[in-house]
Amino acid sequence: MNRVLRYKSFQVGSFGLLLALVPLLVTNRYYLTVMVFIGIHTLLVVGLNLLMGYAGQISLGHAAFFGLGAYTSGILTTTYHVSPWPAMVAAVVLTVTVALLVGIPALKLTGYYLAMATLGFGIIIHICFKELVWLTGGPSGLVGIPTLGIGKIMLDEPKAYYCLVWVATTAAIALSLNIVDSRVGRALRAIHDSESAAGASGISTSRLKIWVFAVSAVYASVAGSLYAHFITFISPSSFDFMFSVKLVTMVVVGGMASIWGAVFGAATLTVLPEVLTTFHDYDIVLFGLILMVVMIFMPQGLTRGALDIWDKYRFQRQRSLLVNR
Amino acid sequence: MAGLRIVLADALDDQRRTASAMDLGTQIVQYLISGITIGAIYAVIALGFTIIYNATEVINFAQGEFVMLGGMAVIALDGSGYLPLALCFVLGVLAVTVVGILLERLTIRPVKVANPITLIIITVGASIFLRGGAMMLWGKDSLALRPFTGAQPIHMGGATLVPQSLWVLGVTLVVMTGLQVFYKHTITGKAMRACAFNRRAASLMGISVNRMVLVSFALSAAIGAAAGIVIVPITLCGYDVGTMLGLKGFCAAVLGGLGSSPGSILGGFLLGVLEALGAGLISSGFKDAIAFFVLLLVLFVRPSGLLGPREIKRI
Amino acid sequence: MSINRTSLIQIWTVLYLAAALVLSGCAKKEEPKVPFKIGGIFAITGPASFLGEPERNSMELLAEQINEKGGINGHAIDLVIYDTEGDATKAVLNATKLIEKDNVLAIVGPSRSGTTLAVVPIVEKAQVPLLSCAASVKITTPVKKWVFKTPQTDVMAVAKIYEYMKAQGIKTIAILTVGNAFGDSGRQQLIQQAPDYGFQVVADERFGPKDTDMTPQLTKIRSLRPGAIVCWGTNPGPAVVAKNMRQLGIRIPLYQSHGVASKKFIELAGEAANGIVLPTGKISVTKNLPDSDPQKATLMKYITDYEAKYNSAVSGFGGYAWDGLQILAQALEKAGNDRAKIRDEIEKLTNYVGVSGIFRFSPQDHNGLTKEEAFVMVKIANGDWQVIQ
Repeated sequence: MNRVLRYKSFQVGSFGLLLALVPLLVTNRYYLTVMVFIGIHTLLVVGLNLLMGYAGQISLGHAAFFGLGAYTSGILTTTYHVSPWPAMVAAVVLTVTVALLVGIPALKLTGYYLAMATLGFGIIIHICFKELVWLTGGPSGLVGIPTLGIGKIMLDEPKAYYCLVWVATTAAIALSLNIVDSRVGRALRAIHDSESAAGASGISTSRLKIWVFAVSAVYASVAGSLYAHFITFISPSSFDFMFSVKLVTMVVVGGMASIWGAVFGAATLTVLPEVLTTFHDYDIVLFGLILMVVMIFMPQGLTRGALDIWDKYRFQRQRSLLVNR
Repeated sequence: MAGLRIVLADALDDQRRTASAMDLGTQIVQYLISGITIGAIYAVIALGFTIIYNATEVINFAQGEFVMLGGMAVIALDGSGYLPLALCFVLGVLAVTVVGILLERLTIRPVKVANPITLIIITVGASIFLRGGAMMLWGKDSLALRPFTGAQPIHMGGATLVPQSLWVLGVTLVVMTGLQVFYKHTITGKAMRACAFNRRAASLMGISVNRMVLVSFALSAAIGAAAGIVIVPITLCGYDVGTMLGLKGFCAAVLGGLGSSPGSILGGFLLGVLEALGAGLISSGFKDAIAFFVLLLVLFVRPSGLLGPREIKRI
Repeated sequence: MSINRTSLIQIWTVLYLAAALVLSGCAKKEEPKVPFKIGGIFAITGPASFLGEPERNSMELLAEQINEKGGINGHAIDLVIYDTEGDATKAVLNATKLIEKDNVLAIVGPSRSGTTLAVVPIVEKAQVPLLSCAASVKITTPVKKWVFKTPQTDVMAVAKIYEYMKAQGIKTIAILTVGNAFGDSGRQQLIQQAPDYGFQVVADERFGPKDTDMTPQLTKIRSLRPGAIVCWGTNPGPAVVAKNMRQLGIRIPLYQSHGVASKKFIELAGEAANGIVLPTGKISVTKNLPDSDPQKATLMKYITDYEAKYNSAVSGFGGYAWDGLQILAQALEKAGNDRAKIRDEIEKLTNYVGVSGIFRFSPQDHNGLTKEEAFVMVKIANGDWQVIQ
């Protein structure tokens, strides 16, 4: 147990160190902005991966929690002049409440029925963002959200914001690694494999599923608040069904049931469209093509896929060494 | 003066209210006509989902793209001006069927570890790819197609109906009965039903499950295309209409109960009517929210849809 | 084998030397001045591609023309254009990339109101002039130091329609708007300005950008018997509205916004387009303009050049980016390689005759258009525009 803990703190520590190096080497605001978005997406995907990869429950409405976080932060700070940090806490409270209200009946469903229920929930929330014009600003969006500050220091430079986002994301990763290796994590994986078997061995499956649903909603809410304070303008189209699908894609491409896979998936799918912009109108076709090819040849996701290829390579090298001898 | 104006406005309002009360009946008939027309399309798309789901347990997110491709292909063929519309219809359906077959051959078949979620993401990739391809081929604008027969609306009491709506209902009816005949009276159809019940047992009986999956994609593409073609004269068509239609079709399939053909049809019509009534009687801005809210309620009461098979817990 | 390789190497060496000679010779002959780098961010794909594509095309066309003539004071124009897909996050990334990585002097775009509002804080902070191609009045009211816009605002469009409707003796109206930023902004103006013209809004209905059937909304509107229906949206929704009205046999006059002022709309709505009244930039009716009209020459040139190069019908939307780059070019001529000076020069520009109108910028007005000059009312008849005097 102690060794596992040490190994984990080593992983998180070296990851943190790597991240700390970035702002020293990269000074261009564009790359730092990309890194900020990767951080926000990672936070979302790590949470969703807990739900999908570990508990085996799909959510096609995760953009709604992201949006609830962003809009609560945005509305409280612009219309009601609440300062950003308390607003962020309020956003988390609201999002968890909504997650519980939806999760308790919805998580009784399984498979595609759960997917449909979360999808429907996501669309309802998206329509509310659009139609409650007096509250949300409607399709025109909400302007003038203040940037975050710590004390008197305003985090309005991408570099400062990069640090904030990645501190939050690294903390979330560390927390998730702990959850995954705890009693709860083992119970979650038991649910993933067989819900009835898990129930029979004394795990309170429904309570645990709702718990993990709420946790992933918290991650999404915090990510939403961070997003809103970073780009200072939000509109409903950033929180639509396609964004939910994109998040699920990030989880699957990175590799389900792997926290580091989530980081990888979020980073890949945030950077890929940026790289593809050089192909102008062809980028959407290429994106679809790459997605299909990756999934066909690495159905377990990029992390597992890469490991498989490495194993195969090592195996072949060993064999050729043996043959040569 | 201001007082007088208010009295006048009130009188006007009263008049308007009686008028609207008088033709509320006609209004509802009109909502039902709209709902049933668009519901028929949702039903056919939902059937497409069901066919593939029964063969593979996968939800094909590119289903909406079949509908779009059908519409776009026929607009292009008709636009060339050489062919009669009926022939365009047939060619359009055939072309999309080929796309469906290629999709299965090139993207679903090669996957070795058939984990449903992986396959779903592949279909998401395919839908993005097809949408992008359609955009490059036919451009970004919406396109229109002439109605099959005449544009003169038919009056039914106070309500009206375009002839194209009859075509939509007719084609839906043909697709539905055609599928029934196929499932009940052909060897392939029976084999597909066997696969739907139990794939391993079917394969032990000598049915090639792989072939059934291929047939399911071809069939599903064909009826999706037919739906797309028949609705275009009413709704117009652009490279990006597939996503929304696919979503509604999926919703209808789940509402009715995944895997059940009658369920899909019921779900489709119900969704269409709900949308139209919601838009007309409650709020047009919230119409989709109303439809999805009803869907959530149905799922919470009946966790496997209206006509879905009762959940059997396997241990 | 070995002979082959050496000879290959020799050939390559000679080729390289020759290439180097040619290149260095060119460089010595005339030293071209540093090109002016201009950024463009448009919704080239995605739901607003009907805006972004002609905008990108127009900008490339104009840059080509300027460069053929030898550039601006000898500086060529170097365009860097990115696609926002109409998405706010993408737009922010694109704008940052243009400013920080490509180091552009100024930016034309984005195409949509939402994406523009998302990039405003960035250009304000980085102090880069932005010439937006989006409609919403919020972009330039209140005035932001570095932000200008070229299209007419929806305030003007609504005022223009309402003026005309009032003259027709209309008292009650029903509004039907699309659920995106364009429709929403129009809806707010329609409701806000209605009392000024003595209109009563009896129905306020919405439709989704991808909706395919508006008969429920129209059936409801019919039962309320308004004097007119105003539809505010961009293709294809408004075309479906026009078709659905024919289908339901509704004979209430239909007014549309400048969002559908392109031939595409008439093509989509077909027969049902006839009789619709809408405001449009002068571009749609160029051939009917009197020769004395100051914009006619500009419009004729733009239309002929665009249609010759892209072989597709011109729309008013591309003109927004055309005007944007023209304004920039005039400012660049005086200001040169300096963002702050470019901004000042744009603000001083008071006589640019463009596609969307005659621009008179000032420190109080970063749009520079008036509704009298920017719009004409037209009626669609026999599949073509007819100017209403």
